Amino acid sequence: MSERQETATAPKPRPGDPPITPELVAEHGLSPEEYARILQILGREPTYTELGVFSALWSEHCGYKNSKALLRALPTEAPWVLQGPGENAGVIDLGDGYAVAFKIESHNHPSAIEPYQGAATGVGGILRDVFTMGARPIAVLDSLRFGPLDSPRVRYLFSGVVKGIGDYANCVGIPNIGGEVYFEDAYEGNPLVNAMAIGLMRTEDLIRAEASGPGNPIMVVGARTGRDGIHGATFASEELQEGSEARRPQVQVGDPFTEKLLLEASLELIRSGHIVGIQDMGAAGLASSSSEMAARAGTGVDIDTALVPTREPGMTPYEILLSESQERMLVVAKAGHEEEVRRILEKWELEAAVIGRVTDDGMYRVRENGVVVCEIPGEQLVKGCPVYVREGVESEDAQRRRAFDPLELEPSRAMEDPTAVLVRLLASPNIASKRWVHEQYDTTVRTSTVVPPGGDAGVIRVRGTRKGIAATVDCNGRYVFLNPRRGAMIAVAEAARNLVCVGARPRAVTDNLNFGNPLKPEVYYQMREAVAGLAEACRAFGVPVVSGNVSLYNESPAGAIYPTPVVGMVGVLDDVERHLRAGFRDPGDAILLLGRNTAELGGSEYLKVVHGLVAGDVPAVDLEAEKALQEAVLELARAGLLRSAHDCAEGGLVVCLAESALADPERPLGCEVRLSDDLPPAALFFGEAQGRIVVSCAPEDVERVLETARRHGVPAARIGTVGEPGGLFIVEGAGRRIEAAAADLADAYHHALPRIMEQAVAAGE
Amino acid sequence: MTSTPSVELRVAVVTFPGSNCDHDCYRAAKDVLGAETYFVWHRERDLRDPDVVILPGGFSYGDYLRAGAIARFSPIMAAVRRFAENGGLVLGTCNGFQVLCEAGLLPGALVRNRSLRFVSRWVRLRVENAATPFTNAYREGQVLRIPIAHGEGNYVADEETLERLEAERRVVFRYCDADGRVTDEANPNGSMHGIAGIVNEAGNVLGLMPHPERAVEALLGSTDGAGVFESMRAHVLAGLSAAADAGLGSHSSEPVGRP
Repeated sequence: MSERQETATAPKPRPGDPPITPELVAEHGLSPEEYARILQILGREPTYTELGVFSALWSEHCGYKNSKALLRALPTEAPWVLQGPGENAGVIDLGDGYAVAFKIESHNHPSAIEPYQGAATGVGGILRDVFTMGARPIAVLDSLRFGPLDSPRVRYLFSGVVKGIGDYANCVGIPNIGGEVYFEDAYEGNPLVNAMAIGLMRTEDLIRAEASGPGNPIMVVGARTGRDGIHGATFASEELQEGSEARRPQVQVGDPFTEKLLLEASLELIRSGHIVGIQDMGAAGLASSSSEMAARAGTGVDIDTALVPTREPGMTPYEILLSESQERMLVVAKAGHEEEVRRILEKWELEAAVIGRVTDDGMYRVRENGVVVCEIPGEQLVKGCPVYVREGVESEDAQRRRAFDPLELEPSRAMEDPTAVLVRLLASPNIASKRWVHEQYDTTVRTSTVVPPGGDAGVIRVRGTRKGIAATVDCNGRYVFLNPRRGAMIAVAEAARNLVCVGARPRAVTDNLNFGNPLKPEVYYQMREAVAGLAEACRAFGVPVVSGNVSLYNESPAGAIYPTPVVGMVGVLDDVERHLRAGFRDPGDAILLLGRNTAELGGSEYLKVVHGLVAGDVPAVDLEAEKALQEAVLELARAGLLRSAHDCAEGGLVVCLAESALADPERPLGCEVRLSDDLPPAALFFGEAQGRIVVSCAPEDVERVLETARRHGVPAARIGTVGEPGGLFIVEGAGRRIEAAAADLADAYHHALPRIMEQAVAAGE
Repeated sequence: MTSTPSVELRVAVVTFPGSNCDHDCYRAAKDVLGAETYFVWHRERDLRDPDVVILPGGFSYGDYLRAGAIARFSPIMAAVRRFAENGGLVLGTCNGFQVLCEAGLLPGALVRNRSLRFVSRWVRLRVENAATPFTNAYREGQVLRIPIAHGEGNYVADEETLERLEAERRVVFRYCDADGRVTDEANPNGSMHGIAGIVNEAGNVLGLMPHPERAVEALLGSTDGAGVFESMRAHVLAGLSAAADAGLGSHSSEPVGRP
């Protein structure tokens, strides 16, 4: 150890370091202004190592330089929030001595290039974020976006990502409880892979990622450091382009088996009392974890890269600091407890090495065999990154599309056969059953899954209590594209509605802000408006944002993705026995609609599938009406009056009814529904008006359900009756009639995705 | 060791690095059976006198070579083998079934699913033989609803082995549809003869790909798996009372299966 050595002079270039030129600075993703700031902070030219460290910490991925100013608008506090943004994960109080940690994170760029490893390591990283808070991961969810499935490349990405997510989480033994998948042209060159993890802990086990206590040893534990993923954080902060394939070596490789050992070892370490802080070595690896832990504690660090166990000899400090090798943790132990830490790691067949000490001088100091190669004021490194507020201007394309009135197309010829339209919508990959995905994920391991993927939200019971935890991920990027502010509000409202539909009260949010290049005014406009929409809706529902992730530069040569602020929301059921499901249950049950049908068709799946249009303004959101609706359904759920509840979303009311009727592929149910609204047929059947939930109840409870809705000021009406297994699915309204055998609809709905993917296999892909 | 006769079962759950169903098996044994349940780490050499040994599912050693291929070399496996040879009940689910095949305690092998994908779903199983220590709580032909979750559950064996398994009624569970018909469509992984679970010649070692420990609570969707645990208890208790009648007492110095 070399912590006693003095640094008499500034670090000098190592032999073999390239000279610092404007080109080299630009290659590191730093602007001339940012470089000027670095010169000012250091009072000298940086070494190559220092340039690499600045580049990583000041990347969008670590530094949030283009989003920080906007993010301040988000509400982050509530009495039940134990840990808000800024840590590895957010934490909320569950009661009964338990707390829930959760976070969502993107792995978009790696997955675009190497879908299997990109997605797998995305899951690995988010699991580590949760268990470094002291929580045992109990569930994962995934939010995915791809281009249209008629492209072989897209099918390759889709199946690779799903397999990557599955193989990793299955091996570690964490059930998947929900997710979403959308297929849109805008994601063709730049898919989105967002993974969310939820962990459960005893409240007293909560630990933070702080390097406190000067003199405390800093240890690297877990896997060895290799040359993989160097500068992944910087890579994630630039646009995908021709030649991005050459970035493949920057995609890390995951090892879920080591992760499982690391998980057990970390939880044991945290409970042992031998450590003061722990952080995942994720994006920007050792550089970010060591500097961020020190900055949080207001301390400095002095580490020596020669002490880091490496997979290969000859690695430079630059490489060691910026490697994103997976399944590694940075641990700050209590002084004198190094041996105990090492013993715990050994039990799990993992390595631990002391690489330096916490200091009190606030400097981020790195040595190689005792020689200082990097010395940066730590606070400036972590928090000195420039923050930009840019100009935002809405694109003319979006304005033009939004101004279009889709009702001009109605009544369309297509609606002369609404049954055929329904079949097309049920088979549309955006709506079709995602069983092909879920069946590759272990959903029942840990024996706590009450509502598996495929419903409105997943539900996990909390053993030893009566409680349940529900979670969902939601965002319709097409809506956000057409109307960023309202689209983002809809994402929050829908997430809350989904939780309510399983009987859970919404509690908190983790958000994944996926956007294009923020330097483009139209993209910055989308960001600004979408974040404002998120903030407004989160305030209205009383759900603080406790963690999140920003992924920018999601562009391909074809342009930016749809702005996609994914909302991961967690809710709580006080009595998990009172959970609800989306599927109708018994023939003869009454079907009721809570909420109001409207004449809106903008942004709908109907418009896209039938008319080939992405246009029109998105449905209106009335946050007060939403809240009343959600309170009503929560009260009904608690009273045990409902047999099912399902949110109306893509595809509108009739698709919602069909999803409830067809939920069990082995037992598709018929139903008979009559709608009396005086609305254009397409809007009535397939419009995507917000604030609607279809519920079912026993016939004798109809009056009580209606009365409860009335009391909350929620429009409610009985619209039909659940039919027999294998019966007819009938919906009448606006002078049109849909009639089809439930079995035929079930075939369209449940087999659309497998057919597309299996044809691809048959074609030799 | 317990010297007083007790009706409490002792269940050892063997944990390999990478096991991930160990806690689920533990909970099922403890909650469903009220059994005295404990973990045995793979590096241990002593099973500590159990009545039942469970090899849980998971990805022992990451399954990087072949599912279960390395776990069989674990120190504890010698004890498991002796325990089985002495007639002790060994239940291997999922990865545990793979380990039992790799270790030669059960014939055949489990290879990649026909679909080449991991498959996680609720399946139906037909009880083919209700006269084993693992199925006496069921009736023959009963259809159970139990989840599977595996990438390598496709049971294969040579023709001769299959014939023997069938002739000796050692195929204990077969994949079937809701009406109990064994069809190709109901077979989730391509297993020969629709095999989901088999026992060894002596009938005291069961391997099955489905997870009975995940189907022991109505809240989680099914209680059909509880019968496997209840059957083991009935079998052990019958053995203990027979032993007591013979004046041996339970958990004596020479308990059944003591290594």
